[in-house]
Amino acid sequence: MARRQNLTGWLFASPVVIGLLVFTGYPFLASLYLSFCEYDIFNPPTWVGLNNYRILFTRDPLFWTSLKNVLYYTVFAVPMGITFGVALAMLLDAKIKGISVYRTIFFLPSIVPVVATSVLWLWLLNPRIGLVNTLLRLTGVAGPTWLGDPAWSKPSLIFMGVWGVGGSMIIYLAGLKDIPVTLYEAALVDGASTWQRIRHVTLPMITPVIFFNLVMGLIGSFQYFTQAFIMTGGGPLDSTLFYALHLFYQAFMYLKMGYASAMAWVLFVIVVAVTAVVFKTQGRWVHYGR
Amino acid sequence: MQKHSFYTRLAIHAVLIILAVPFTMPLIWMISTSLKTKEQIFPNEVVTSISGFLAEWRPSPVRWANYAEGLRYVPFPLYLRNTLMLCAFNVTGAVLSSALVAYAFAKLQWRGRKLIFSIVIATMILPGQVTMIPTFALYRWLGWYGTYLPMIVPAFLGNAFFIFLLRQFFMTIPDDLCDAARIDGCSEWGIFWRMMLPLAKPALATCALFQFLGTWNDFNGPLIYLNDQNKYTLAYGLQQFLGSYGSEWALLMAATTVFTIPIIILFFLAQRTFIQGIATTGSKG
Repeated sequence: MARRQNLTGWLFASPVVIGLLVFTGYPFLASLYLSFCEYDIFNPPTWVGLNNYRILFTRDPLFWTSLKNVLYYTVFAVPMGITFGVALAMLLDAKIKGISVYRTIFFLPSIVPVVATSVLWLWLLNPRIGLVNTLLRLTGVAGPTWLGDPAWSKPSLIFMGVWGVGGSMIIYLAGLKDIPVTLYEAALVDGASTWQRIRHVTLPMITPVIFFNLVMGLIGSFQYFTQAFIMTGGGPLDSTLFYALHLFYQAFMYLKMGYASAMAWVLFVIVVAVTAVVFKTQGRWVHYGR
Repeated sequence: MQKHSFYTRLAIHAVLIILAVPFTMPLIWMISTSLKTKEQIFPNEVVTSISGFLAEWRPSPVRWANYAEGLRYVPFPLYLRNTLMLCAFNVTGAVLSSALVAYAFAKLQWRGRKLIFSIVIATMILPGQVTMIPTFALYRWLGWYGTYLPMIVPAFLGNAFFIFLLRQFFMTIPDDLCDAARIDGCSEWGIFWRMMLPLAKPALATCALFQFLGTWNDFNGPLIYLNDQNKYTLAYGLQQFLGSYGSEWALLMAATTVFTIPIIILFFLAQRTFIQGIATTGSKG
């Protein structure tokens, strides 16, 4: 009986077991092996020991550039996404007329396909006739060339990211709806001001949702790729050469697949370390349970 | 929450309206540009007055031909067909396989269940770059490079996020229901197919919707695996169009609009599924 049950269970789970073995487990280990090899896909890999890692850390300035770029993006985009997402969700939790119209307005940009968003923002940020600089000109400000200026290219992408904040806003909104009304009533009875209610009831109660978005945001941000690939290709002056973009070029443009595998493993270690650190801090600020 | 006072409500409206401006303007600008003539897009002198700026929003004359021309640069019917074909395979594959696996995690007793489930969840934080190169080499070795198979086959092997979502759903269905069916002599497959799947329709719809969006929007798959122009998808075709005609803004915006509108229509048709799906992502996680 138990054997039969075991067999049925494994049979039902077989798609994911096969997937884990063939498309996760095998490539995971193979890329670790490849990271110690020279490999151009056409010829069999040749073992070069730690050479790829040595080049990465000591002789590839673009590795450090791309790492700095992705850290810059992460440090600004992730906290901004959380702050705007939470603030917007709180506003959109208000019981006022037409609230569902507002919700739709703020949510829509987040479902625009990433390729469409990229093409659209390339146009909006056009230095001479783009919407953004036309608006700035009306207020008497000469706008920068945005994606053409190494100092403004990363901020441009960060602003564009904020435009798509609606997705996480909906998650926060759901978190807000789960807060029991009794908590607010109790706070009201105790004479708490609006600010005190937000500070001591709302925010603590949605920390699990913030935590989830923080973890997913960090992981996604370290892999930031598509928008930069489409909009800037890494320029100007490598100012938007993000880590995943550098890795992609090494792998598929220069066919340095071993080197790119080493880069991938460095990324993996960074992502695991960052996730672990964030999980470690969890106990200090995330409130679970009722 | 308690009812707001009149002035609070007024203030909230004011803040939301101001914030709504930058959120709506880009999409309206996209449609407006898509109907403009080249002369209106590239004026001899840049706009410096408010009235001139407001006039900019109205295409005059309206040039519908941009759509016909834009869609000729991106062979739209062909790329639409390719995209929808991929969507059909991926939605069917991902939803069915994920439901099957989720049922095993939620309702079946088998050794290794907990371990496999934790591994599935752990893969969600694994950056795609780590597996990208060996996977590419594997597909090349199989002779699948340049075909749709690298984008279709993995969909049939379950999606970690969908498995998680559907498992949550199946766990809310009482075990007694399955046990009763088992006593009546129903096979596990029968329980899954005839009882669980119909009950899980809302959750399945959420997964189907997300998979559809994922495939419609997917850029990296075609970028890495397709080399034949006739096989391109809309997302990839649009990027290629941008690459070759980067200053044809009216045509580009027309193509971008046509690529985006179906998603927006889908949103309005399936608003509830959308919102609930995204909401459960965070709150159940």
